[in-house]
Amino acid sequence: MEILLTAVPMLPLASAAMLLLYGRHMGKSLVTGLGVGSIGLAALTVLALAVQWQDATGPVTVMLWQWFSVGNFSVDLALRLDQLSLIWLCTITGIGFLIHLYSSEYMGGDDNYSRYFAYLNLFVAAMLLLVLGDSMLLLFLGWEGVGLCSYLLIGFWYRDSANGAAARKAFIVTRAGDAAMALGLFLLVAEFNTLNIQEIVLAASASWAAGEPLATLACALIFTGAVGKSAQLPLQTWLPDAMAGPTPVSALIHAATMVTAGIYLVARLNGLFVLAPDVLFAIAAVGVATALMAACAALAQHDIKRILAYSTISQLGYMFLALGVQAWDAGVFHMMTHAFFKALLFLAAGAVIECLHHEQDIRKMGGLRTHLPVPFWSFLIGSAALAALPATAGFASKDLILLRAWEVTGSGIWLWSVAAIAAMITALYSFKLVFVVFFGELKTEATHQPGWRMALPLMLLCVLSIVGGWISLPLAEVLPLAANHPAHGTIAIVSAAIPIVGVALAYFIFLGGQLNVTGLTESSTGRWTAQYWLQGWGMDRLYDRLLVQPYASLAQWWRGEPMDRVVALIMGSAVTIHEQLSASQSGRLGRYVAVLSAGLIVMLTLMLLRATP
Amino acid sequence: MSLLIVLLLAGGLVAWLSERFGEEMPARVSVATLLLTGAALWPLATEVLTTGPDVDGWLAYESRTWIPRFGIQFILAMDGMSLLLVGLTLLLGIVAVIASWTEIKARRGFFQANLLWTLAGTVGVFLAMDLFLFFLFWEVMLVPMYLLIAIWGHEARAPAATKFFIFTQASGLLMLLGILTTAVAYANQTGEWSFAYMDWLQSPLTGELANWVFWGFVLAFLVKLPAFPVHSWLPDAHTQAPTAGSVILAGVLLKTGAYGLLRFGVALFPENAKEWSSLLLIVGVVGILYGAVLAYGQRDFKRLVAYSSISHMGFILLGVFAWNGLSWSGAVLQMVAHGLSTAALFMIAGALQERLHTRALADMGGLWKAMPRMGAMAMFFVIASVGLPGLGNFIAEFLVLAGLWQSSPVLCAFAAIGLVTGAVYALWMLQQAFHGPLGEQHVGLQDFNTRDMTALGLLAIGLLGLGLYPQPALDLIAPSLDALAIKVGG
Amino acid sequence: MGAEMVPVEHVLVLAGLLFVIGLFGLMLRRNIIFMLMALEVMLNSAALAFIAAGARWGQPDGQVIFMFILAIAAAEVSVGLGLVLQMRRQLQSLDMNDAVRLRG
Repeated sequence: MEILLTAVPMLPLASAAMLLLYGRHMGKSLVTGLGVGSIGLAALTVLALAVQWQDATGPVTVMLWQWFSVGNFSVDLALRLDQLSLIWLCTITGIGFLIHLYSSEYMGGDDNYSRYFAYLNLFVAAMLLLVLGDSMLLLFLGWEGVGLCSYLLIGFWYRDSANGAAARKAFIVTRAGDAAMALGLFLLVAEFNTLNIQEIVLAASASWAAGEPLATLACALIFTGAVGKSAQLPLQTWLPDAMAGPTPVSALIHAATMVTAGIYLVARLNGLFVLAPDVLFAIAAVGVATALMAACAALAQHDIKRILAYSTISQLGYMFLALGVQAWDAGVFHMMTHAFFKALLFLAAGAVIECLHHEQDIRKMGGLRTHLPVPFWSFLIGSAALAALPATAGFASKDLILLRAWEVTGSGIWLWSVAAIAAMITALYSFKLVFVVFFGELKTEATHQPGWRMALPLMLLCVLSIVGGWISLPLAEVLPLAANHPAHGTIAIVSAAIPIVGVALAYFIFLGGQLNVTGLTESSTGRWTAQYWLQGWGMDRLYDRLLVQPYASLAQWWRGEPMDRVVALIMGSAVTIHEQLSASQSGRLGRYVAVLSAGLIVMLTLMLLRATP
Repeated sequence: MSLLIVLLLAGGLVAWLSERFGEEMPARVSVATLLLTGAALWPLATEVLTTGPDVDGWLAYESRTWIPRFGIQFILAMDGMSLLLVGLTLLLGIVAVIASWTEIKARRGFFQANLLWTLAGTVGVFLAMDLFLFFLFWEVMLVPMYLLIAIWGHEARAPAATKFFIFTQASGLLMLLGILTTAVAYANQTGEWSFAYMDWLQSPLTGELANWVFWGFVLAFLVKLPAFPVHSWLPDAHTQAPTAGSVILAGVLLKTGAYGLLRFGVALFPENAKEWSSLLLIVGVVGILYGAVLAYGQRDFKRLVAYSSISHMGFILLGVFAWNGLSWSGAVLQMVAHGLSTAALFMIAGALQERLHTRALADMGGLWKAMPRMGAMAMFFVIASVGLPGLGNFIAEFLVLAGLWQSSPVLCAFAAIGLVTGAVYALWMLQQAFHGPLGEQHVGLQDFNTRDMTALGLLAIGLLGLGLYPQPALDLIAPSLDALAIKVGG
Repeated sequence: MGAEMVPVEHVLVLAGLLFVIGLFGLMLRRNIIFMLMALEVMLNSAALAFIAAGARWGQPDGQVIFMFILAIAAAEVSVGLGLVLQMRRQLQSLDMNDAVRLRG
């Protein structure tokens, strides 16, 4: 079991290393074999682990080697597998494999095919290390690793400078969160002298009472890291721009890797976060605010990928809401189902985009239902799951989150209401997408159909997006679960009905035409709001004004090195003194003599004065 | 140990004379000399693994009387920290020679001689335990470096070389004053003359005088490091120096400042160092952020890397004055890791200038397409200098900051901003040089050859090793730092 | 030693006056010959002071120094006159202001 566990991250890592070093000299089929095969093998290994798990008694730890040790502080490179990381392993390698398979067709014509697969494998490897790390530092390695890979992949088509800008933005914005998280780690090192996750949680619950200021600070710092990586308010701005990368990459970022890292981090450290109720409330509040805000922004987008990007931000908000109200299992569950249907949606969107010659604007799409049947059905099922229509995987998890939010005493009603409104908007925009793209009149002709390597992952994900809701996760041992929940009568029915209302609204507005909203959207307020939402609530512009531009102008202003002015001042005064002194050297002997004697007289006088007391 | 220095000095002479036997001869002689010196170092290194340090923490120690009238001795001593830094010096020496292989076309022999003499001075600085000898090597290191910049530098070499010389020389004289003052005070105190480090450790200077002497030392080291606000010689010197000069300057010479701070500044004047530590920590943080902002503003590839050095060396200053074992280990590791990563970046900068005849970032762009090997290498070392886990710089910066948090969380938070701003300029540089559309004039540029890739590969392996398994390096320096901690109460 | 001896103060005052005259001559004159002469006056004033002091204390040192000063003055004048000849030849003038090449 230990060997299998070690093999899981090592397989994609080795493949990535080989592709990076020798990829340019390999044939295409070999690259495909390595790139897809390594993830496939990793997925099989995870499957084997999961099967064996039934008999295993507890978490498995593999000590690779001692990373470093200074004085009495030491960090191990060790992998640890428990139910929580197992769920992530299954998601990462399973979905990851499907995305790799899909990529082998989608990216088939690219010049940098091997580089693409190298990055993709590295991405998966980093995410696997993130969830398997036994210490916060190994987790942080994976954490930064996914950041790096997202940078590399978003900017994959580097010849376009806009892609580079998006990639840098992703890296830098998430790194702002990472810096805060690093500070959190320093605090933990200072307090507990260890970075082992189990030891930290044990030591923290032993020495900190709930609400302890230090605990709050530590959790707040670590949560900031999660906010950056999982694109929550106020660090969400990088994710929509991250659509600059190839579409399978977006699928990978949104479904299997990267953005769910924040969820994992908070769930993994649940023992620490319960010590900071204020932070937990902040998590719930941030989550629900993000859910609503991103849903509104998604409604206003025209780019098919940006709609999905905002929907991811919104869904991640739900997950954080769940974590914030201590419905740990619901958050994790939603992470998994979301991985299914978001991968499905992105891959289907990729198929549509590819078949329409890289057209991404939904206003130029329509009527593709009969022309692209596989993407259509995928989109339909994916959107149903995203909207959380009953009998889909999304319903099972999102409904759970809504109900748990309702149960919170005090703020529950508010959290529930905002989440419910966001849920309705989610249903509205997701079916707007389906109706606009696949129904109505044909606007752009599809040139070809997706091949089997693209279609097969779509079909498998369709199945998962429906049956995924019936999977019951074995989380009881790793997460503190509330034992019994009060029965919900009305509220359960209302929660379930909300998405249906949203879908109906979408139908009446975008397909049936029974509901005419042009009056609303064409009014000045409507236009302004739409524009505002289109730009993601103006957050980009805000940051641009507040941070980016001042920083750039500061750099511009200082470019000539202000400290050189001081040096120049010293240099200049030396020159000035030189000029003054050399001017005194007039060459006129008479003056020399006069000055000489004057000096002598002064000195003699001084000496005389000092001699006579 | 004196063999190491003699070898380098003599090798320089041979390289100079060998010019008449062929154009590539001097460079070959240099590599041979460096390898030979490495071989001479080898028994010392293996001895560490088998016997370990002696009672005083020294792995090797030799002393001869030199000028007995003033108690000046020729003392060389090596502990783990010096061994690591001497090893780094030799490795980067080889890299520098390779970088100069095709770049230097005039007076090759004299060039290699100066290169080797600078290295000899540096090795001497890392080994000398008599302060008079230390100052001598400090100067030996400086003069050939001045010549390297002044003779083989780029278009504006003369002012840059002069600036470099005046900055280091002026601050060096402050240190000389400090050394002489301490020696006189020692003689007054004990009745005997001595410049030996170990003697000075026994009877430290105290009172107001110690404060002045401390600043004399520290200013010399801060200039060399360089720390804000006495850094402004560095961008000019780096930009104008030939590639090999930049590699040695950034990779090794700056480290002598850091080494001096730890070995002399802190150990000889613990009281004063502790008293001023908060000021010096603030200087470090300011340096990190200031360097990062200025790096972002630069339009010249080499200047950008030079400012990034200032930013990274701020972490070393923090490490030294955060005053605990974690941060000291981090500071020493940062010396090595920054040496490797920055040397590589300067090598890439030099290669770009050799091919494009410009350093302006605006004239680059899309070079990945033309030179994928160079692009990949640039990517790797940029990532390393950004401090991504798994590479040496991360461990170093992590240890420094973790140590700093324990002495000052607020400053640590400010320093952590440097992690973000570091990414800003590094990625911007990568974008401007290697990404974006490829200019037509750059099609068909020659990519790195095997020799270049070997040099950079060595550095990359070093960084990976430091990042994934830094324990050997940490174990090597641990006795030195433990001794320091006992001495000054870390 | 006799009553008819001139008091030493008078001699010193005379020496001082001679010195000041010489100094002002040096400062104000522009012809190099006159400047040399002013220098001689200054030297002689110093020599006079030595003689007076030697006589006052009954020591031979004053006269020794006087001889010394004579020698110096002779050497100085010979060098000075050499310069004068050179100046005359090269600048066609004996005005010091025409020889301000030493100006910085």
